[in-house]
Amino acid sequence: MREIKLFLGPQHPGMHGNTSVHMYVEGDIIVKSYLLPGMLHRGFEKGMENRTWVNNLALIPRICVVEPDINEMVFAMGIETLTGMEVPERAHYIRMIILELARISIHLMAYGGIGGPTGHYTMMYHAQADRNTILDIFEKITGHRIYHQYIVPGGVRKDFPKGIEKDIVDFLDDLASRYTEHRDLGIDNPTIKKRLDHHIMLPESVVWELGVTGVGMRSSVNKPYDLRKVTPYARYSEIDFHVPTSDYSDATCRVDIKLQEVVQCIGIIKQCLAKMPEGPVRTKLEGNGLRWKVPKGQVYSAVESSRGEFGYFIVSDGGTKPYRIAVRGASFPQGLLGVEKYLPGQRMDDAALWFDTMGVCSPEIDR
Amino acid sequence: MKKHFSAFRPLRLLKYLFIKPLSLPMEDIFENPREAADNYRGFHVNDWEKCIGCTTCADICPTEAIIMVDRCEIEETDGNFAKRPTIDYGRCCFCALCVDICTTGSLSMSKEYLFNSPEGNDYYLMPTEKFLGKEARMGYQKDEHSDLIELKRVPMTHLHDSERKDNFLEIVKGYSKEMAIHEAARCVECGICSKTCPANMNIPEYIRAIWEEDFEDAIEQIYKTNPLPGVCGRICTHLCETACSLTQRGEAIAIRWLKRYIVDNAPKDIYEKVVMEQVSAEVGGKVAVIGSGPAGLAAAYYLKTIGYSVDVFEQKSLAGGVMRYGIAKYRLPDEAIDQDIKFIEKIGVNIKVNTKVDAAMLVKFEKEYDAVFTGTGFFNGRKIPMPGHDHENVIAAMDFLPAARDYSRGLTDKIDIHENVIIIGGGNVAFDVSRTVLRLQFEKYGKTNITMTALESEDMLPADVEEVIEGKEEGLHYSFAHGPQEIVIKDGKIKGLTIKKVESIFDAEGKFSPAYVGDEVLLEGTQIFMAIGQSPGYDYLGDYETKVNINRGKLEVEANGQVKGVDWLFAGGDIISGPDVITAVANGHNAAIGIDEYLTNK
Repeated sequence: MREIKLFLGPQHPGMHGNTSVHMYVEGDIIVKSYLLPGMLHRGFEKGMENRTWVNNLALIPRICVVEPDINEMVFAMGIETLTGMEVPERAHYIRMIILELARISIHLMAYGGIGGPTGHYTMMYHAQADRNTILDIFEKITGHRIYHQYIVPGGVRKDFPKGIEKDIVDFLDDLASRYTEHRDLGIDNPTIKKRLDHHIMLPESVVWELGVTGVGMRSSVNKPYDLRKVTPYARYSEIDFHVPTSDYSDATCRVDIKLQEVVQCIGIIKQCLAKMPEGPVRTKLEGNGLRWKVPKGQVYSAVESSRGEFGYFIVSDGGTKPYRIAVRGASFPQGLLGVEKYLPGQRMDDAALWFDTMGVCSPEIDR
Repeated sequence: MKKHFSAFRPLRLLKYLFIKPLSLPMEDIFENPREAADNYRGFHVNDWEKCIGCTTCADICPTEAIIMVDRCEIEETDGNFAKRPTIDYGRCCFCALCVDICTTGSLSMSKEYLFNSPEGNDYYLMPTEKFLGKEARMGYQKDEHSDLIELKRVPMTHLHDSERKDNFLEIVKGYSKEMAIHEAARCVECGICSKTCPANMNIPEYIRAIWEEDFEDAIEQIYKTNPLPGVCGRICTHLCETACSLTQRGEAIAIRWLKRYIVDNAPKDIYEKVVMEQVSAEVGGKVAVIGSGPAGLAAAYYLKTIGYSVDVFEQKSLAGGVMRYGIAKYRLPDEAIDQDIKFIEKIGVNIKVNTKVDAAMLVKFEKEYDAVFTGTGFFNGRKIPMPGHDHENVIAAMDFLPAARDYSRGLTDKIDIHENVIIIGGGNVAFDVSRTVLRLQFEKYGKTNITMTALESEDMLPADVEEVIEGKEEGLHYSFAHGPQEIVIKDGKIKGLTIKKVESIFDAEGKFSPAYVGDEVLLEGTQIFMAIGQSPGYDYLGDYETKVNINRGKLEVEANGQVKGVDWLFAGGDIISGPDVITAVANGHNAAIGIDEYLTNK
């Protein structure tokens, strides 16, 4: 049979972000594929070297559009390690609330995203509607819906606005009450289950080979490897939560783990709201933002993003600008290497689902 | 992970019959548009009344979206540039860093986010308090957490008041390296200080050099406009600090102390190298400078750097003029003046001390020198013509301070201080006198009793606030807002001074005309010092005095410092612009350029 070249993305309802996959198919089986990222944001690492530490606050959230807060968090954590800045207690809890809200929002988006390639838009509308409520909450807290620029070295930029706690709790209760509904629309729906069950496998050997972390790893190797548990940052050590795992990583399982994580996130946020003390939310910078220097040194800071271990390796030469920042994109292994090696062999209509369930964020790859 | 579901499961869906649709109706989107959050970072709003055009927003903008544009309708004053920010919304990323760093707090963001136009240029806006002609709804504004400017200055270490009374040690200890770099890191480099400084010193440049730990550049920047940084780093009137953009919401950069930090801490070899590098080859020309005060020394320094041969004539035994003799030692120690003068001498300026220039010498100067600069200063004391002012124990400040300085440096052991002293005056000189008397009194009697009186109330005094606070700490008594009436003398001895409460200092037309209320009160004291101003002496002008114009004690000069009426004579300092060190330095520099032009075109 003749080999045909096909383009998946960047304009495709099932494609994640502005990225594209070049596929060669025989019949409907992919025989060769490679990723073409960088249709939107790229060159972040070099860009960061040309901007001051403070200016970078405006650039870094763009490394992952749907979950920008992890960038702000690792950047802030790295700088705090280098400068020895103390983060106020309240800021730790605010940061956790923001990160977990972002985790819920991206899990909902990924979950709803399955609706596109499976032709089941209702689940996507419902998931996006709930994500929209989270964005409303973000807008009230940070002033923006997507690029928050809220977690900054030394704490967070501003304190919570009045009454936001109630908004958050109301939303979480609402989401929890409709959790079954979301499942019914998606992975408990027999038509979708038929597309997902036993498809797009991620065996343990591949996890170790590529260095997959996050949901992909936990769903496959049955080990609760989660940075929030392994090397707790912020105040995760004081929060009680469970890391869902599995030993059979098909598409259904990975999606199921994401939904279980949403339940855990709800618990984490409620605990944070209960434990959050009053007080300042930011340690002030010395001098002014134009002349703020970070002491010489290097640090690797990482957080558990929705897609796995996300980290920055930061090198400072003691100046106002970073000497070098390298980004460990959580979805780099499966997004770039996985596409080339393990997407071939799948049916071409599974390619979009492959991206959805693996969790790929394209700017992380070409950064 | 196989799950089994009940056969009745689909019946749950019946509940949707009773649930309202989730989708939102959009029919009234135009009548009731969506309202953004209170914290929303929409289009910018700028309060022009508050904005001073300091450019800091443009400096921090990560996308270079902000461009400053000159606005001729704004009156450019000290501390206010006639320009305002414009924003290119094609570049702006709405990060609000500009809002967080705004020195005045004038910039904020609105809740406005709807704007549409087919014209690209329409997205280039100059924010005002309005948005598209309507009152803007305010969104994101900075608070104490998001503020990117440290508003408090690094505190200076001082001698404790208990350590000050029995000596003339310098009170201000100066910044350490860490303190200076920290303080320099607060500067936003707006340049508003340079504009206000009489000498237009390169202040942002040398503060940046401190922050970059580059002494060589720092000294080079300072010496471009001021060859007396050690002196100015201590006693400058720091107009720059009053204009500093950070004063809009916080404390000004400690510009004066930072300058002093450079002078005190720069390695001497680097210092010398930079200063010597400034000197050009000889251009063949001789200039005489009368008086080695700040104006004379500045003129001499810059004339020498241009390449002229310069002789400075000083009537006293030490160079420095009013800096050396008219300022208290604990504020300006001799070592600081010595260092500045050492470098001026090192580049080849010839200072002749103990040489009083008189009318005959001036006539000779006209022939021997190509030009003459005079900066003889306000060196004569003034007294209020009131009953009893000619008593021997009524002393003018400028008669006392030089003697006290000579006493403190061991050149004389004769100084007469009484046990109970009254000081009239409320300026820095009055405080210099009071606090010097206090130290001498403490040395002689082991206790102090000094009362200061001035027309102004304590919060309106012309003296620096630090002087008032430190004077109080040291034990001065204040009777401010009172006017002196009469010196009470009995049997040839002063008994005291009668004072009366001041109702107002100026009349309705703004003229100086003090009005008093209440009864006279007697301040007891046997010695009275008057620090109510100084006056010049022009004896040395001789016949030339008829050719020049002297207006209220000041010589009239052209813009380049040339004395009107005598083309080879230039002047600067107190005698043209009143007492102020940095203005004198600026005059000296200006006159040096003027003399160079005059001699070049001659």
